[in-house]
Amino acid sequence: MATPQAIETGGGLGGLSEATRRRLQRKARIDVWFERVLFAFAFAVLLLLGAIIASLMASSWPALERYGLEFFTENRWAANVEVFGALPAIYGTLLTSFIAIVIAVPISFGIAIFLTERCPNVLRQPLSTLIELLAGIPSIIYGMWGMEVMAPLLRTWFPSVFPAGTGLATAGIILAVMIIPFITAVSRDVINTVPAVMRESAYGLGCTTWEVARKVILPSVKGGLVGGVVLGLGRALGETMAVTFVIGNNLFLNTTLTGQGTSIAALIANQFSESDGTQRSALLALGLILFLITFAVLAFARYLLRNSTGRHA
Amino acid sequence: MQTQMTPLYRRRKLLNRLVMAACIGATLIGFVFLFAILLTLVTKGLSAISPSIFIERTRMNGGGLGNAIWGTFMMTSLATILGTVLGVAAGTWLAEYGNKGLLPKVIRFINDILLSAPSIIIGLFIYAVVVVPMGGFSAWAGVLSLTVIIVPVVIRSTEDMLRLIPNSLREAAAALGAHRWWIIVRVCYSGARAGILTGILLGFARISGETAPLLFTSLNSNQWNFFNLDSEMANLPMTIYQNMTINAFIPDLVSLAWAGALILTAAILILNIAARYFSRQRT
Repeated sequence: MATPQAIETGGGLGGLSEATRRRLQRKARIDVWFERVLFAFAFAVLLLLGAIIASLMASSWPALERYGLEFFTENRWAANVEVFGALPAIYGTLLTSFIAIVIAVPISFGIAIFLTERCPNVLRQPLSTLIELLAGIPSIIYGMWGMEVMAPLLRTWFPSVFPAGTGLATAGIILAVMIIPFITAVSRDVINTVPAVMRESAYGLGCTTWEVARKVILPSVKGGLVGGVVLGLGRALGETMAVTFVIGNNLFLNTTLTGQGTSIAALIANQFSESDGTQRSALLALGLILFLITFAVLAFARYLLRNSTGRHA
Repeated sequence: MQTQMTPLYRRRKLLNRLVMAACIGATLIGFVFLFAILLTLVTKGLSAISPSIFIERTRMNGGGLGNAIWGTFMMTSLATILGTVLGVAAGTWLAEYGNKGLLPKVIRFINDILLSAPSIIIGLFIYAVVVVPMGGFSAWAGVLSLTVIIVPVVIRSTEDMLRLIPNSLREAAAALGAHRWWIIVRVCYSGARAGILTGILLGFARISGETAPLLFTSLNSNQWNFFNLDSEMANLPMTIYQNMTINAFIPDLVSLAWAGALILTAAILILNIAARYFSRQRT
């Protein structure tokens, strides 16, 4: 391809008329600017992340400066007396996500193994499509269902465990239901990257379906599977709407599994619009903590998924 | 064969049966939950849907969802247009020019992080950089926060789709004397068009259901707001959220929320199916 310089000096183009040469020069200039403009847009992505972190840090600084380390050790969030401790929210975020992963991972892997290894061919495509469609349902729907259907059911069935129906465990279960389609879709994609010949050779040696899955398929895509789970964890950590309805919104640290609690995202969603001054700044500090946690988790997921080409969010 | 069954073989076979049964069990559990959700949605939503819901605005004693549907459509469309311009440009750079050096790798990594960043954080960010300086909640702030969410989706699918175009096509065009920008616009885009469109549709579907980023940006309103992007604009997710929480004591508003949830989910499923249809058209 001719470079702009080559055209300007007329290198190799001496026989062309003046008009043609000028047209070519113009096109070459467009070429240069085209790349510059595209690059500017790509660079904007970098600036965007910087801007998110910088703006969260700047706007949460007043609270962090005022409370210092107490912000992380205080075990209650009491706006009326201006005592802000992040501990209840951090505990709720981590616990609900943990419960969600513990429930969702075996179920998702089970579905993925069934879909890839054992499912009758007629059902395989429809069920996979269904799973992918369900992964697109907005999270607020899960929250509504949790509040209207699951919380009352839990209260009636296990009144001693779930006296109110809502609570940290309920939120964890709803999160699990929400991330099951997602983890399943990623796991299925990852398992499908295993070459058919590996599966066939293992069957040829006389392995059972489970042995093929356990000893051949799962080990060869371990990184991708864990990456999918960690991506699901990232979703659960930052989820707002599915959690807010059912977590109970108790702002005092309650280190139980099933009690009422709160999470970072739920606390922000509930209080932000009616807050100002220190409280608003403290909520933004919570947002910064959440962002840093999810950043670390997602970076880890990307590291694990670097070799597989899943196209899921 | 049956007569040669050793204990070991029997044990392996039994284990296989048990695990496969567990897998089928997991599949059933998963689908039971998901069908239960859809069933609740359809039963509670259908009973509340009437033609007037699409025309009337939301009132404290009920009304309809017309203003919210319009607002959601307006804001997600604008965000999709903005996001398409930004995302296609950045994705093109990553696919066509971003093959060497550290910078493209870093941008790709950052984009992957933004792709799954919690949407409430995006809402807080737009609140800090748009709402506070502008002095109030506005539809523009909502549009911008949705744009930040859709851009990474578009970037990812643009880059993936352009990478599927074989290099021999680019080389053939270059050999005919085409400039690089001409190759990208006329050769690469026409090959990747269906795939990029699929990505945009999936992104559109995703942002139309986002609630958290709108909490502190566009907020919500009871009024019709057609084109005034400088003031608050009603939208479906926020209307559902408010009707299920602060207005939950009014039964009419709760059933309105279920109707809205059904409309929203149906729209998103239709968009997803459309996206699938487009991606199947890919040559």
